[in-house]
Amino acid sequence: MYVVIMGCGRVGARVASQLSRLGHEVTVLDLYPEAFARLAPEFNGTTLVGNGIDVDVLRRAGIERADAFAAATQGDNRNVMASQIAKHIFNVPKVVTRIYDPLRQETFEMLGLEAISPTVLGANQFLKILDPDAVTDADLEAEAFSHRIEAQPSS
Amino acid sequence: MFAIVAGGGKVGFYLAKELVGQGHEVVIIERDARRSAIIEGELGNIVMTGDAAETTVLQEAGAARADLVAAVTGDDEDNLVICQVAKVRFHSGRTIARINNPKNAEIFQRLGIDDTVSATDVVLSVIEQEIPRQHLIPLLRLRHTDAEIVEAVIQEGSSVAGRRLKDIELPAPTSIAVIIRDGQAIFPRDDEPILFGDHVIAFTTAKNEAALRQTLVGN
Repeated sequence: MYVVIMGCGRVGARVASQLSRLGHEVTVLDLYPEAFARLAPEFNGTTLVGNGIDVDVLRRAGIERADAFAAATQGDNRNVMASQIAKHIFNVPKVVTRIYDPLRQETFEMLGLEAISPTVLGANQFLKILDPDAVTDADLEAEAFSHRIEAQPSS
Repeated sequence: MFAIVAGGGKVGFYLAKELVGQGHEVVIIERDARRSAIIEGELGNIVMTGDAAETTVLQEAGAARADLVAAVTGDDEDNLVICQVAKVRFHSGRTIARINNPKNAEIFQRLGIDDTVSATDVVLSVIEQEIPRQHLIPLLRLRHTDAEIVEAVIQEGSSVAGRRLKDIELPAPTSIAVIIRDGQAIFPRDDEPILFGDHVIAFTTAKNEAALRQTLVGN
């Protein structure tokens, strides 16, 4: 599979390195060339300096033939914008976005993005360790979600 | 009208000032507290300090009853998200986003933003109107359609110069709306000739641009 990753921070670099090790073709984008130093030495994909919210840069990264796109920069809004371009303009089949702000994550999930919120995941981990019996917000949401699914007539 | 202006930079400040002057109710959302204080000193108590892309900030500003949300921060991605959050969460009225990259006009429209304004495009179109070029000048893309208004300057050597409209085969769908000749606007009939130096204003589609350019300015 061909994957374009925007943002070569700790998460972006780690995902890119592992996908590359698994034999996938990877292009990783970042605003600053220094960021690519975070990639594993074995990384044998492509690096590209540029802003992923610019359609010309995305084209240069090969977005038109990408099977997947991941947005992992520090900026929620940049991630959201680039992901929507990948999904709705270039019809990339699999798009995943990092959104720190849980409310913004909800909004853009309503608009069809698949989003990961490190804030929610991190808080849950903390809570599970601090109070192992705790029912987290995420548990409550998952439960509410399964009720919604059950309530829907099967089609 | 109740308008939310997101971003209290120069554009946001003067926009809010004009809207207030026209008697509208306005709230400005500005991230930087020092900047907020300056705007408040000038325009009064209409400033909220906060990040307009935050759902709770938009809510507090009254996005649910806003007739207009104008996102005019300096960053295209922030303006997109502000408008989308206003639409999805609060069903705000019209959303307008300021953009730097002219290519974002089409993208934002496809992502549900009602209107975009690009200073880059405005300056570019003024420059292009000053300098006769070999190609069509896009003047206006008509909202939510692929129809647009373009302008072509008829140059020496153009194969249509001297011919009447009815004798010129235009790529369909295209209609010549106005011919500007010696500073006069002519609403042409079929037998109007196109002359060297004319500015021809036409309605066409984005798809037809290349063919129309070839017809009007090709030789």
